[in-house]
Amino acid sequence: MRALAPLAGLAALLAVPLVVTDQYALHILITTGIFIIAAMSLNLLLGYTGQLSLGHIGFFGIGAYVSALCSLGFQLEFTDRLVLTVAPKPVWLSFVIAVATAALFGFLIGKLSFKVRGAYFVIVTLSFAEVARLVALNWVSLTQGPMALNNIPPFTLGLSDAWQLTFYRKLPNYFLMIAIGAGAYLLIARLVRSRLGRAMVALKENESLATSVGIDVTRYLVLAAVVSAGIAGAAGSFYAHYVRIIDPDIFLFIYTVTMVIMIVTGGKGTLLGPIVGGILFGFIPPVLREVAGPELQWIIYGLIMIVVVFFLPEGIVPAVTRAWAARRGRAATASARSPAGS
Amino acid sequence: MLDIDGLWCRYGKVNALKGVSLHVAAGELVTLIGANGAGKTTALRALSGIVPVAAGRIRFEDEDITGASPRSILARGIAHCPEGRRVFAHMSVQENLGIGAYLRRDSAAIADDIDRIFTRFPILKERRQQAAGTLSGGEQQMLAIGRALMSRPKLILFDEPSLGLAPTIVDRTFDLIQDIQQEGVTVLMVEQNAFAALEMCDRAYLLESGEMKRHGTGEELLADPAVKEAYLGG
Ligand SMILES: Nc1ncnc2c1ncn2[C@@H]1O[C@H](COP(=O)(O)OP(=O)(O)O)[C@@H](O)[C@H]1O
Ligand SMILES: [Mg+2]
Repeated sequence: MRALAPLAGLAALLAVPLVVTDQYALHILITTGIFIIAAMSLNLLLGYTGQLSLGHIGFFGIGAYVSALCSLGFQLEFTDRLVLTVAPKPVWLSFVIAVATAALFGFLIGKLSFKVRGAYFVIVTLSFAEVARLVALNWVSLTQGPMALNNIPPFTLGLSDAWQLTFYRKLPNYFLMIAIGAGAYLLIARLVRSRLGRAMVALKENESLATSVGIDVTRYLVLAAVVSAGIAGAAGSFYAHYVRIIDPDIFLFIYTVTMVIMIVTGGKGTLLGPIVGGILFGFIPPVLREVAGPELQWIIYGLIMIVVVFFLPEGIVPAVTRAWAARRGRAATASARSPAGS
Repeated sequence: MLDIDGLWCRYGKVNALKGVSLHVAAGELVTLIGANGAGKTTALRALSGIVPVAAGRIRFEDEDITGASPRSILARGIAHCPEGRRVFAHMSVQENLGIGAYLRRDSAAIADDIDRIFTRFPILKERRQQAAGTLSGGEQQMLAIGRALMSRPKLILFDEPSLGLAPTIVDRTFDLIQDIQQEGVTVLMVEQNAFAALEMCDRAYLLESGEMKRHGTGEELLADPAVKEAYLGG
């Protein structure tokens, strides 16, 4: 029964386009989905290890830029003589390179996070994303700066030139987003349910006790940061090939804040939290845009957030889980005399 | 079993330990007493590899473990019950015990050991699914000790096991620590409650501002006028 729930959820997500056929609505679904994947990856750090990475959009943006540049090809001019020319790569290879590059930055930030904790870690990660934005903005010969990188090729899958699937339209991109999201979900679920996941939870709760039972603090922080950054990079890469134009605003702080809001309202440190919070806060803005003026939109958005955080401080998913468990507990004591199994 | 020789530890420029030497023989219950800030916690943390050693040597079972990682020291058989919060408050009782065996891979034997701890502390068995943070202070202490035993240690380090507990619970905790010694586990215990510690130990060391001032049997230190004056209320 429990094992079937994720499959049922997946089936429901796959069935959504049967109901939602409007292209704009589908676009909102895809971009929200990309954000949810990024939030899921941040949740691994914030929710499971307790490290507040306020520069998480940096990994996303690096994934997007690296993937776009690899697929477009680029030139690096070190001197007049020394020019490195990289020919355009297939999109799937660009995706892999983007994930690896983001993961590498995750490794560096993870190493650093062991040295600097708490407020310093927040500042370091925040600066990391801001520096990435400034580089994207000012390295015009590479990134086109504020003029944006255009004509990024769409995702393509294929074994040969004859058998190619190119993701131009919304519908196949929706399914690709679900596939990447499901992959990320499975990876994170495996991780947090393993020995390593228990170690991360222990670490977040009490570091000195965790050390005393033999948990290697550095190793787990770094591993969590690498996986988290890699998934954010994958989301960024997919985003670049979906919208097919990116500019330095991709690194804006507000996006990290949005992810944190999704995680905290949904329930940090739970697998479903970022998804539930992401669906809520991904769809509120476009829905509000239909019904309210711009000033009112943000006031309503803020109010909803305050209400959720105020009444469900642990987030929606833990609150629902608890209510559910309490109901089942009552039902069990009412109906059965024999002790509950398993 | 354990030999510490001329141990120095620093936090920045502050010397917390200045050439401390200490010996524990297999099967002994040794206690380390001293005022707040004397360096007792630092000594235990250095022993289990959490704080770096500036100079000196630590030997355990004739092997040099100076500078080894906390993980490898635990794997050699030294468990550490740190001071302060004793349990993972948001994990269940059972999970707390399970994570005590984090370095072990023998899951069948782990389950047996958990059962043994439940037999020893029936109250923990009753509360096995409950979050550890909801236990009483005394129950949390039992759980912490149970968790330390889960690594099957040869030597257990206790840092202020009586801190923050009600007097009756303190007595029970000390009884429990003596039981563990009877069962063949060597114990090194840091205590501020000097009187109780000196009464129950085989031998004792007195630490003052990072230096070892006295050592001897419990009775010797109890009878020592200087110790009486400073630590036993005259
Ligand atoms: N993390 C730390 N950073 C700096 N100084 C510390 C730290 N921990 C302990 N000290 C200092 O080292 C000395 C010994 O502390 P500690 O070992 O905790 O003593 P005790 O456990 O005997 O009370 C004290 O002067 C204390 O202020
Ligand atoms: Mg202390």
